[in-house]
Amino acid sequence: MAGLGDQGQTIAGWGNIGVPGHEVLSERLERASADAVLSRGLGRSYGDSALPPPGSREVLGTRLADRILSFDPASGRLRAEAGLSLHELNRLLLRRGYFTPVTPGTQFVTLGGMVAADVHGKNHHVAGCFGSDHTRMVRLRVADGRILEVTRESHPDLFYATCGGMGLTGHILEVEIDLKRIPSPWIYGESRRIADIDEFLVALREYERFPYVVGWIDCLSRGRKMGRGILDGGRWATASEAGGKPLPSRPSPSVPVMFPNWVLNDLTAKAFNTLYYWKHFAKENRGLRHPDSFFYPLDAIRHWNRIYGRSGFTQYQCVIPEASGRDGVVRFLEALTAMGGASFLCVIKSCGPESKGTLSFPRRGTTIALDIPARSGTQALVDALNRVLLAEGGRIYLAKDTFTRAEDFRRMDPRIEQFEAVRDRWDPERKLRSAQSVRLFGDPA
Amino acid sequence: MRVAILGATQGMGRAIARLLVERGDQVFVLGIEPEELARTSADLQARSPSHMPVGAALCDLADQSTFASALDAAEADLGDVECVVVTAAIFATQDKLEEDLERTELLLRLNFTNTVVFCEHVRRRLIERGGGTLCVFSSVAGDRGRKPVILYGAAKAGLSQYLEGVDHKHHEDGLRVITVKPGFVKTGMTAGLKPPPFAGEPVAVARSVVRAIDRGTPVVYAPGIWRLIMLVICALPRFVMRKVGF
Repeated sequence: MAGLGDQGQTIAGWGNIGVPGHEVLSERLERASADAVLSRGLGRSYGDSALPPPGSREVLGTRLADRILSFDPASGRLRAEAGLSLHELNRLLLRRGYFTPVTPGTQFVTLGGMVAADVHGKNHHVAGCFGSDHTRMVRLRVADGRILEVTRESHPDLFYATCGGMGLTGHILEVEIDLKRIPSPWIYGESRRIADIDEFLVALREYERFPYVVGWIDCLSRGRKMGRGILDGGRWATASEAGGKPLPSRPSPSVPVMFPNWVLNDLTAKAFNTLYYWKHFAKENRGLRHPDSFFYPLDAIRHWNRIYGRSGFTQYQCVIPEASGRDGVVRFLEALTAMGGASFLCVIKSCGPESKGTLSFPRRGTTIALDIPARSGTQALVDALNRVLLAEGGRIYLAKDTFTRAEDFRRMDPRIEQFEAVRDRWDPERKLRSAQSVRLFGDPA
Repeated sequence: MRVAILGATQGMGRAIARLLVERGDQVFVLGIEPEELARTSADLQARSPSHMPVGAALCDLADQSTFASALDAAEADLGDVECVVVTAAIFATQDKLEEDLERTELLLRLNFTNTVVFCEHVRRRLIERGGGTLCVFSSVAGDRGRKPVILYGAAKAGLSQYLEGVDHKHHEDGLRVITVKPGFVKTGMTAGLKPPPFAGEPVAVARSVVRAIDRGTPVVYAPGIWRLIMLVICALPRFVMRKVGF
């Protein structure tokens, strides 16, 4: 590679907590991946999963490798280079009646990244994860230099370790997936204002009649109001509901500069949450929704991560298993609200059954995700949340994590043994590493 | 519009080809590697609203004997070529070139001599059919002799000069010559270099290039801010240029 050194650059995940290093972009992944330590897509993982290990300082950026290699309009089968973004895919194909079977909450992700994080979306309860449940094939450069077409059948161990394996099993060069036919480009949505956590958990169940469901909770409210929020459900509108209405493209203003750190404090977060709650004044709303505002509300403001200021932030996302029931969720929320930690956004959703991805995050239960500004107490806060989570038998999502300790992760996710066994077979020397794998899996720096 | 693009497999050529295909123009791609051409054709076909197949032919900027046959293939496939876009070129840092005469010779030959020869083929053909558009990527590096791009800039300066002359002579014949002067754009060509302030994205550059083709704008800086930056740089006195590093 270029080997020009860092030139003082730092590289960060979406949470803006940087390390020394840089990305080298390439349109030719086959060539560029030969000696790269890690591939990185659009850098939307919050923590350190797409950052180079301390000893390497260079990652391969895939976002210029974004060609569609084949698309069959009849079946929806698509094969593309790993750097193709979901945003581009939606721009090209949504209006033509095709949509990804699973979408995360942002469209600024690459297909390779979606497989590596085995992303889930609002339809997890019915559709599972992008990688392990829907991807047909990944073209993978493994550590010994070979390039393999990996499917469930050809290399089951490698395929399932790659789905959710955070890029540690090999460089994802190409992805093949079947897109879904959709009856119209519009969403028919219903949303409901929810008064507290008990109402929330019941309503989440009730809304499972929708293929797409997510809830937002005001996690700064305590006591009787704890767990109040807005629940959102939807499905693709039928052609007659949409009435042939053309889908407009939406402008996306940008946060132009880093906000000073003080902008986000308990007071502004509280005000934001209260406003957001009462903006949904009617108890229930229903009607046609633009898919961008339904699936990707935060994409409407580019660089929204800058509101957290230079010191950055982390997202804490965990799943509390079904066995813990309502009380488990309440115990977690009580612990969270008692500790404070301003968050603009806290998201809740029910997950369906666990996928076969070796380290795939979701499992049956309730997942909660919240943003935490990085301050001096953040490590202690994450440690404390992890203690509560461990007691419930839950686990965290690697694509979001920056602060979890290796020993805590091992206790949460014993599947790590299986994952490391696959890596022992395919990459015994740990050529593929990330800052996260050094921190959590004990890889050599 | 029917457009042949030399360099469509990569970077800004790729971005321009996509924009044209997505709005319904017919494109023919020219490039060096068969495998890359096939992948680019497939990509463009998938992006075409009518799923129209996109033709391709080998054309190597290093080999003048490929030029005529490549343009013949484009004419045969498209029926008539109204516009030719040239984005192909090579790049190397000044440091690399200074220690490697062979590489210097190659860069000068490809980016100046052979590009001009290719343009001469195109010029004759377009004038013969009664006019058309020749859109060629030069660079802001050709606007003034500067320390980091002495050799690359020299080739581009020659190319800009050539394109301007052709424009002056053949504007009346219906030939529209468009000289694109990109500043730093984040493509595979500049990978590994630290992006300066005002670095552009290929898609934004492609948009302004396609607009210039539509309107027949003779000189395009992309991103547009580089017109101002170069205005300032060209106005700096020599003793300043000797001191600064850009």
